[in-house]
Amino acid sequence: MTTTALRVMDGNKAAAVGVMLCRPDLVASYPISPQTPLLEALYRARAEGRLEADTVEVEGENSALSAAIGAAAAGGRAFTATSSMGLMFMYDAYLFASGQRVPVVMTVATREQSAPHTVSSGQQDIMMVKDGGWVQLVTESCQEILDSILVAYRLAEDPRVQLPVNVSYDGYYLSHLSEPVQVPEQGAVDRFLAPVGAGKRPILSAEAPLTFGAFVVGDLYAEYRYKHCQAMQAALDIAEGLDGEFLAAFGREYGGSVETYRAEDAEILMVAMGSHAGTLKVAVDRLRDEGVAVGLARVRMFRPFPRARLASLLRGRRAVGVVDRSVSFGWGAGHLFVDVRAAADLDRRVPMVNFIGGIAGTDLRREMLEAAVRTTLARGRGVEGPEVVWLNLE
Amino acid sequence: MRFHSPFEGAWADPETMHTIRTGDWRLQRPVTRQARCSHCGLCYLFCPTGCVRDRGRHFSADLDFCKGCGVCARACPVSAVLMVEEEAGA
Repeated sequence: MTTTALRVMDGNKAAAVGVMLCRPDLVASYPISPQTPLLEALYRARAEGRLEADTVEVEGENSALSAAIGAAAAGGRAFTATSSMGLMFMYDAYLFASGQRVPVVMTVATREQSAPHTVSSGQQDIMMVKDGGWVQLVTESCQEILDSILVAYRLAEDPRVQLPVNVSYDGYYLSHLSEPVQVPEQGAVDRFLAPVGAGKRPILSAEAPLTFGAFVVGDLYAEYRYKHCQAMQAALDIAEGLDGEFLAAFGREYGGSVETYRAEDAEILMVAMGSHAGTLKVAVDRLRDEGVAVGLARVRMFRPFPRARLASLLRGRRAVGVVDRSVSFGWGAGHLFVDVRAAADLDRRVPMVNFIGGIAGTDLRREMLEAAVRTTLARGRGVEGPEVVWLNLE
Repeated sequence: MRFHSPFEGAWADPETMHTIRTGDWRLQRPVTRQARCSHCGLCYLFCPTGCVRDRGRHFSADLDFCKGCGVCARACPVSAVLMVEEEAGA
């Protein structure tokens, strides 16, 4: 562990400090509330010579993310940031970044998604991209914003992962809230990030030309989808182990994908993610004083979803309460609730199996679907097998 | 599981590039009658996929990529190109 400096800063500043410690090669971002002060801090640092990264003046968020994708594809460390409609304006580039496995890191100062129009805080924006194939980290404090950016680059650039990562923090509640933050030493951050970086993944280079974004159809398309799923699982496994390494390097730990608070003997388990989880800890303490056996599971990694850990945490509770800051229309419930509910059902005794096929123009033939029925029948009779069957790759 | 790409994402190098054989889509194929071909090159110029090759004394299509549209047969001034129906499973 190394010495650190304690400074007071808001979440946007903490994010800027975290980004600068990671020595990015390129920063490209477009202003939108409540993320703008982060952008201003980085561009000011660049203008004053405190940040060596290239900056690109872009005309919108789609270009911001596209510039970051290009820089990362060329082997650089790239950063962008946004909120709400800016995130929506990135959407096609957002899906390209993950499908093409480009390790960009982005922060999202979360905000409601118009309409109705507002700039107020909410997590609707990050929920609109939850199935887009990025790793999603959700933070509770300004300290955790800074720390999660270091973890984000370590995960994104890991050759087993090679995925973009976003780090989100509640707009205003964190982006504009000042807290004491331990700022790690540059040397410690350099050592923490040393195992990853350029040279660990395919990059665009004139010396060894490669096609980037190659056209793909059929079974090969399914292969890349499968590998993407495997990479998400790798990110989850690596994140759990990285927590201990982070503790050794910086003296702080968070519990990996899920932080638990007074949960061990809790009859009532609350589940939440974001800044309000901090408030919920205070509520847990007060109710514990009243004799209520309550605890908290704070989800820190929303994608990949830590469903096995949550399933075991949910087991045996008298009741589970989930706090959401977004709405899934059509479920009539919050997004976190829907996922937690699905994780709880892992304990149910109805065997379920998933068949993925028909990817990129391939046929779902009658005999394949008959085989799917037979497999399902066998599972009902107790035959073991993988939860997901990839028909293209059989 | 059978994998075909050494890459995690849609990267490709010349050795492992996934090439789409558009000839698989063809329902009829062009057959050049070499004796009749005047080697004028109109089929070469008109082919929308650029798959017609100069064979020295005549032109004919690269059947890996020819989709069988028949433009070459229509363009040929001496009717040297015949369109022949592909047989199932061929």
